[in-house]
Amino acid sequence: MRKPITILVSIDSNSLLLGARHLKNYLINRLEHYNLTGLVDVLETGSLGRYDQGVLFLLLPDNRLYGIKDTNDIELFVVEQLLKGRPVKDLIIEEIQPPKTVEAKKVTEEERIVLKRAGKIDPKNIEEYIALDGYRGLARALEMKPADVVEEIKASGLRGRGGAGFPTGLKWEFTMKVDAPEKFVICNADEGEPGTFKDRLIMEGDPHSVIEGMLIAGYAVGASKGYVYIRGEYFESVDNLRNAIAQAYEYGLLGKNILGSGFDFDLTVRLGAGAYVCGEETALIESIEGKSGRPRLKPPYPPVKGLFQKPTVVNNVETFASVPTIVMKGANWFKGIGTPSSPGTKVFSLCGNIVRRGIVEAPMGTTVADLIFKYGGGIENGKKLKMVQTGGAAGTFIRADEINVPLDFDSFKNHGASLGSGVILAIDDSHCAVDVALNLMEFFAHESCGKCTPCREGTRLIVNILKEFSKGRGTREMLDNLYNIAYTMQNSAFCGLGQSVPVPLTSMLDRFRDEFEAHVGVDACPVGVCKFDKKKKKVRK
Amino acid sequence: MSFEEVRNTIKEIYEKVNSESLDERDNLINILHAIQEYYGNYIPLEAAEVLKELTGKPLSKIYEVLTFYTMFSTNKRGKYVIRVCKSLPCHVTGGAAVLESLKDALEIDYGQTTQDGLFTLEESSCLGLCGVSPVMLINDEAYGNLTPEKVKEIIEEIKEKERSGVK
Repeated sequence: MRKPITILVSIDSNSLLLGARHLKNYLINRLEHYNLTGLVDVLETGSLGRYDQGVLFLLLPDNRLYGIKDTNDIELFVVEQLLKGRPVKDLIIEEIQPPKTVEAKKVTEEERIVLKRAGKIDPKNIEEYIALDGYRGLARALEMKPADVVEEIKASGLRGRGGAGFPTGLKWEFTMKVDAPEKFVICNADEGEPGTFKDRLIMEGDPHSVIEGMLIAGYAVGASKGYVYIRGEYFESVDNLRNAIAQAYEYGLLGKNILGSGFDFDLTVRLGAGAYVCGEETALIESIEGKSGRPRLKPPYPPVKGLFQKPTVVNNVETFASVPTIVMKGANWFKGIGTPSSPGTKVFSLCGNIVRRGIVEAPMGTTVADLIFKYGGGIENGKKLKMVQTGGAAGTFIRADEINVPLDFDSFKNHGASLGSGVILAIDDSHCAVDVALNLMEFFAHESCGKCTPCREGTRLIVNILKEFSKGRGTREMLDNLYNIAYTMQNSAFCGLGQSVPVPLTSMLDRFRDEFEAHVGVDACPVGVCKFDKKKKKVRK
Repeated sequence: MSFEEVRNTIKEIYEKVNSESLDERDNLINILHAIQEYYGNYIPLEAAEVLKELTGKPLSKIYEVLTFYTMFSTNKRGKYVIRVCKSLPCHVTGGAAVLESLKDALEIDYGQTTQDGLFTLEESSCLGLCGVSPVMLINDEAYGNLTPEKVKEIIEEIKEKERSGVK
């Protein structure tokens, strides 16, 4: 039986680094010391979303969220809150006033669909998932005809959350309609987009939601095998998902004749090995087939010819995690959230020079300003916002005066900012545009798989030119050249990686051109970040 | 280690990983992960020869895979492989200074291993821990909210642990 008081400790890859496990053990130690173990349960749960106030303890049934930084905080928490029943105001996060620049609204008013269980359940225990409506979406799907499930997803307007925003139902329909003896479902969990850590926290906080989404997809399109392709560096995600898969098998939710419906589905985890390009679906498929991850020529697209040349549905972690609730509550409910062209919510990763780095799930159409100032608490160290990169490494840079852009899948078309994978990377005014551009382009140069010339050579040329600027040797002609290279790559690179490199590059050049020009013919970087080569003094003979 | 020993080891790993698989065609990357784990941070080139025999794939294809992915190495790496993130979210939160301090503390450049065989320093792309950037991974343990001072402490701690022989 549950004890009268429960303390949920938010444990995920980020909070582990803040000492979450150590603090949890210390808490248990103190509970023993004060003879409270009969009254208080301490449970591990997934991400509660933020990291600026230490490790998060959620006290139930009071529903009070504590931010614990060290063992002294725990002592105070146990003695005051648990023994004497007096809330420790200084440690309670919901009552802490955010900095003055922030609208005084609580972080908790975000809308949670994908993350509705993260931070509430023990991700290692399938029963807690089931207790909070887990696998009910699957049960409902299995009562429907596969085509009706596809229809429901189509009607919901769900678009892929990996970045491209392709309609999920349409993708499933392609695969469903192909007649083949064997089909596959792949979960793309190779989240390599710098700044994106939402998928990781979904897998760590609520792994069964991903499995359930994949099962529904498998049933809808007629697939019997699935793979979760996870980044090799994501040790905690791999552990949690493997554990969840084993439990799902134990409960008859994977394997043969699932819930007595006659539907069979097997699922396994495959590890990536460190290649950004493997997030591209055909490169990912090549990697599962045991090859180097170089993209394939499309068409044929994976829904028709994918893994081992069989029809394959490839969706992102967040997409799959959205599916069970949509099936359970229906397409109309889902369409009531977000914007008309992009229904639902989006999990955003807030990072960079922001006060509350972490994840937040908000309805589509939320503005960049809200994400940074309302949910993110503004810019750290009292500095000013200079630029924001939205959407990930391949996303756009916008200026501080453009942050009222609402983010949905069409925002790029309408406002020139991309939603992409949901990254909000805030950069303060102590940074130099040239330096930021160089860092980003070095990433692409390193991650280019080398298959096609425009990307392999283009990224290198871009890096070389930006290096000239960062050393004080740039010219205005070089800037025009960057546009030329960008144009060429956009139109001739083989896959999405190469084609999207120009997006961040040209958005940066368009909006911060003056800063690039300020590097030409001067003695030092205007912001003082770039280290210029010293000019050789003329030696008199 | 003789070729025969390598062959037996690899064969054993190959069979074990295959037995846990959905499809025997899908396993090369997982097998390479298992081999690398067994040898501790690297894959001996002989392993490719054995895998050629076992999988029937051309040697060139196996070499290609081995060298394509950054997590695999055919050179012997140090006991502690340090992967430090140099992506933009870490860069703008003080990552550049952290990168420099690592090079200083270890007295090596990226891609190199220290003389005593203890550390290999590698640059990495985003590790998905941007909530606590700048970040690095030492083998499979992550360290966040790094500063140059913290980096030096961490390296010193490991060195001290090694000197005193504590496991």
